[in-house]
Amino acid sequence: MFDQFDTNVILENLHFLIAGMQLTLLLTVAAICGGLVLGTLLALARLSGFWILSLISSTYVNFFRSMPLILVIFWFYFLVPLILGQPVGGYYSVLIAFVLFEAAYYCEIIRAGIQSVRKGQVYAGQAVGLNYFQNMRYIVLPQAFRNMVPVLLTQAIILFQDTSLVYVVGVKDFLVSADLVANRENRILEMFTTVACVYLIMCLSGSILIRKLQRRYAL
Amino acid sequence: MIELRNVSKWYGDFQVLDDCSTMVSKGEVVVVCGPSGSGKSTLIKCVNGLEEFQKGEIQFDGISVGNKKTDLPKLRSKIGMVFQNFELYPHLSVVNNIKLAQLKVLKRSKEEADHKTIQLLERVGLADQSLKFPAQLSGGQQQRVAIARALAMDPIAMLFDEPTSALDPEMINEVLDVMVELAKDGMTMMVVTHEMGFARRVAKRIIFMDEGRIEEDCSTDEFFDSQRGVRAEAFLSKILHH
Ligand SMILES: Nc1ncnc2c1ncn2[C@@H]1O[C@H](COP(=O)(O)OP(=O)(O)O)[C@@H](O)[C@H]1O
Ligand SMILES: [Mg+2]
Repeated sequence: MFDQFDTNVILENLHFLIAGMQLTLLLTVAAICGGLVLGTLLALARLSGFWILSLISSTYVNFFRSMPLILVIFWFYFLVPLILGQPVGGYYSVLIAFVLFEAAYYCEIIRAGIQSVRKGQVYAGQAVGLNYFQNMRYIVLPQAFRNMVPVLLTQAIILFQDTSLVYVVGVKDFLVSADLVANRENRILEMFTTVACVYLIMCLSGSILIRKLQRRYAL
Repeated sequence: MIELRNVSKWYGDFQVLDDCSTMVSKGEVVVVCGPSGSGKSTLIKCVNGLEEFQKGEIQFDGISVGNKKTDLPKLRSKIGMVFQNFELYPHLSVVNNIKLAQLKVLKRSKEEADHKTIQLLERVGLADQSLKFPAQLSGGQQQRVAIARALAMDPIAMLFDEPTSALDPEMINEVLDVMVELAKDGMTMMVVTHEMGFARRVAKRIIFMDEGRIEEDCSTDEFFDSQRGVRAEAFLSKILHH
């Protein structure tokens, strides 16, 4: 069976696969950035000391953490056009779904990160006259993010894999592109083996990078 | 300049400060000492509002610290504070540790802040260390940077919370020397320390705390001429005899 393994099909459709990978990476990076911003705001709300803000934040986090990702993707695919009153296309609806979903996880990571900054550092920022937001911006968050780097990167790898779920709404990411080629060329084994190898290599290098960073910077 | 009137503070049921009253006038150096856990750090943190208190009144330069309407960040920018564990910002270089609040709080220009920073680093004898990060400095050097960082705001008073107790013995003097200079320049200082040599040299008054209360508040001479109470006596014999 393996003597029929045709590598040409991969080379011939390479541009197609690369375009799929670009979309996968774009989605991953955009979801990380959006999720980090929203997650930071949620974490600050949670730690603000105002019960109403902290209740909103914790409700949000508990809600999204109870939902299967695939449900959220589906749901937003139908919900977002309804709310906006116009079709937005699969890409934007899944992007919104990912940002909102990831934010719930990032919120918890960031909250733990902020709490890992020693109280003395908070005092030191306050003592020179920084206000709450300046203290967060210049003293606490930089140290919190530094402590969080390994966890955030691990979460990014999980997200990179999870983006493949967009196939349910027909967005052409890497996996969907490969699936299309596989069916068109009738080269299912070649394509899925390739896809598996690519995911394996990318995620494995990601994990190795994290471990190197941890050792280098004693994170 | 600093005035505390009947200040009490509780952590839940536990009373950390019990009816504390004292005063530090302009240009005065006052040393606060007492056993560990007696509330010295808490007291000094109440002065610039880092800790809240439930009863009494604290005035700094005529401004009520406990008043909800007081602009605490602005008030704090006028009070320098030095911590036991230095608390330099680990992610910023020495220069940026000293510059940050000058730029963000006092809104000084980059040139002004640079100028001030270099001046202060020379004053604490660390001009050659400006580009290093805190972790690359010895404890004594870090504490001198911390003093420079506080002085960069041109404070009208300085608070010290055991500035030398986390230092190796050979580094204590380099920090105390900077503090003695400051005192001679007429800085108003409230210093929590067990360095009795320092206290004798520059302090005008000594406050002795125990279990959240100010047990003694007398001139330095009186304190060392054994007019102190039994608890202060016991405490002093403990720290002087090891
Ligand atoms: N955040 C806190 N919560 C509860 N108790 C505290 C807290 N901070 C300090 N304490 C207690 O208050 C007392 C005084 O602490 P502190 O002011 O640090 O004493 P000192 O500086 O004289 O050693 C100690 O018994 C300490 O355990
Ligand atoms: Mg203390």
